[in-house]
Amino acid sequence: MTTDFTATLGSTGIRRREKRDWKGWAFVGPFMVVFALVFLTPLAYAMYLSFFQEKLIGGTAFVGLDNYVRALTDSQFWEAFGRVLIFLVIQVPIMLVLALGAALALDSARLRGASFFRILIFLPYAVPAVVAVLMWGYIYGDQFGLTANFNDFLGFDALTPFAKEWMLVSIGNIVTWEFVGYNMLIFYSSLKTIPTDMYEAASLDGAGAWRTIFSIKIPSVRGALVIASIFSIIGSFQLFNEPNILRPLAPNVITTYFTPNMYAYNLSFAGQQFNYAATIAIIMGIITAVIAYVVQLRGSKTEVR
Amino acid sequence: MALAFNRQATKRHDPMNPRKSNTLLIVMVIYALYTLVPLVWLLFSSTKTQAGLFSSFGLWFSDDFAFFDNLAATFSYRDGIFLRWLGNTLLYVVVGAGGATLLATMAGYGLAKYRFPGRRAVFAVVLGAVAVPGTALAVPTFLLFSELGLTNTPWAVIIPSLISPFGLYLIWVFATESVPTELLEAARIDGAGEFRTFFTISMRLLAPGIVTVALFTVVATWNNYFLPLIMLSDPDWYPLTVGLNQWSNQAIGAGSQPIYNLVIMGSLLTIIPIVIAFLLLQRFWQSGLTAGSVKQ
Repeated sequence: MTTDFTATLGSTGIRRREKRDWKGWAFVGPFMVVFALVFLTPLAYAMYLSFFQEKLIGGTAFVGLDNYVRALTDSQFWEAFGRVLIFLVIQVPIMLVLALGAALALDSARLRGASFFRILIFLPYAVPAVVAVLMWGYIYGDQFGLTANFNDFLGFDALTPFAKEWMLVSIGNIVTWEFVGYNMLIFYSSLKTIPTDMYEAASLDGAGAWRTIFSIKIPSVRGALVIASIFSIIGSFQLFNEPNILRPLAPNVITTYFTPNMYAYNLSFAGQQFNYAATIAIIMGIITAVIAYVVQLRGSKTEVR
Repeated sequence: MALAFNRQATKRHDPMNPRKSNTLLIVMVIYALYTLVPLVWLLFSSTKTQAGLFSSFGLWFSDDFAFFDNLAATFSYRDGIFLRWLGNTLLYVVVGAGGATLLATMAGYGLAKYRFPGRRAVFAVVLGAVAVPGTALAVPTFLLFSELGLTNTPWAVIIPSLISPFGLYLIWVFATESVPTELLEAARIDGAGEFRTFFTISMRLLAPGIVTVALFTVVATWNNYFLPLIMLSDPDWYPLTVGLNQWSNQAIGAGSQPIYNLVIMGSLLTIIPIVIAFLLLQRFWQSGLTAGSVKQ
C-alpha cells in the first residue's frame, strides 16, 4: 500500500530515502485548516441545507430529496441550464481556437514583435471583470457607445447588442475578450516546453510549417488543451458576473434566472430560499464535476493513443 | 506527398529562424486591435465631460478636455469614498493575496518535499475540490459566515481569498523541479530547523514560482466581485469593483443621477495599478508559468 502510492507520487522526482514522518504537516497544515473552513465546511453545509425546507409552520423540516425533485422539474432552472450549455458549446471552442492560434503564431518565430503581441493579448486578463463588463456595456449602449456611433453612421440600428437574440453573443464577446489571453498563455507555455531538436528532426524529414503544427505542436499541447477546456467549462457553468452586471442595462432580456448561478443568487438573496438555492448549487456542482471528469478522461485516453 | 514537403523545406534555410510572415503580422494586428479598442475607448472617454460623452465619437477626443476635472471629481465624490474603496481593495489584496501566496507556497513545498501520513488524501481533496464551482459554495459560505458574525467585515472577503489551489499546484511542481532534496538534507545535517531551511534556502529557490503565484492571487483578489458583493452590505467596506458597479447602477431608475464620467475614470484608475504590476513583473511570471507547465 505504502510503496504503491510512493510509486505514483514518487514520479515527481522525490528521493525514496526521505523519511516518512509528520513534519510535512507543519507546512501543509495551515493551508488545510483554511481550506476546511472555506471549502469543505460550506460544501457539507450546502448538502445539509439541500435536505431541508423552511416551513411556514413548524420551522425547518427534513424533506429528503424533495428539493432535488423540485429542481429537476423546475423549468426556470432548465432554461438557465440550457442557456449556459449553448454558451459553452459555442463560446468555449471559439475562444480556445483563437487562443491556440495566437499561441502558435507567437511561437512560430515568423511573427515580428512577438513579445509585444504576447503582452498585449494577455492584457485583458488583468482587467477586472466588472470594469470589462462596464466598458463593453457602455460600448454596446445606444447612448454614447461605439454601437451608437456605428448605427448613427449607417442611419439605422444595424447593431442591437442588447436585443434578446443577440444577448448571449454580446456576453460571449466580453468573455472571449477577457480570457483569450489567459488561455493563450497556457498554450504558449506548453509550446515552449517542446524540445527544439523535435523541430530540427521534423525539418530534416521535410515537414513544412503546417505539418509541424499538426503533427508535433498540437499533439504536444494536448494536456494544456484539456486543462484549458476544463477551466472554461467550469467558467461557463458558473457564468454570473457578466450577465449580472449587464442586467441593469437590459432588465427585460436578462432575467433573474438567466444563468443557474444567477438563479441561485437571486433565490437566496432576493427570495430567502436558501435551501433551494443550495440544492441548485449542488446540482450544478455535480454536473460540472462529471463533465470536467469526462473531458479529462477523454483527453488522457487520446493522449496515449 | 513527401516531394511536396521537400520542396517547401528547401525554401526555408534555417528551420529555427524562418522568414517573417506579413500575413501573420496582419492577422495579429487585427486581433490586437480587438483587444485594444475597449481600452482605447476608455482612455478617450476619461477625458470627456458627461455631455461630451454623448456628443462625440467614442474613439476620439471631444471639444473640452476634462481628464483632470474627472480625476478630481472621482476622488472627491461623496467625501472621497473612492479613496476608501481603493484602501479596502489594497487591504484585501495585501492580506488576502499575501496570505494566499504564503499558504500555497508552504503547502506546495510541503507536498513536494515531505512524506507524511495523509499526503495522498490532501492531494485528492484539494484537486477534487477544484472541480466544485467556487461560486456554488458562495451561498453556504455566506450563511456560515453570518452564523460566525463575519459577514460585513473585511474578514468575510479576506478568509476565502486565502485559498489558491492553482497556487498550490504551481508551487508543488516548481518545488519538485527546483529545490534539490540533497540541499535540504545537507541543511538538516548542519542542524538547521525545517522552517529555517524553508525561509532561508528554499524560498529563494522558489522565488520565480512565488512571484507567479503572488501575481495571480493579486489579480484574483483585486478583481474579486462576487464574494464581496454577497458578503458586504456596508459601502464603507466595498472594494473598488463592487463600488464602481454601484456607481454605474446609479444611472438607472427613477430620480437617477448618472455619473458616467466618474465610473469611466474610476474604471481606468482600477486597471492601471494591475497592468503596471504585470508589465513590471513580466519576466518572473512568464518563466514561472513555463516551469509550471512542464508537468502537463
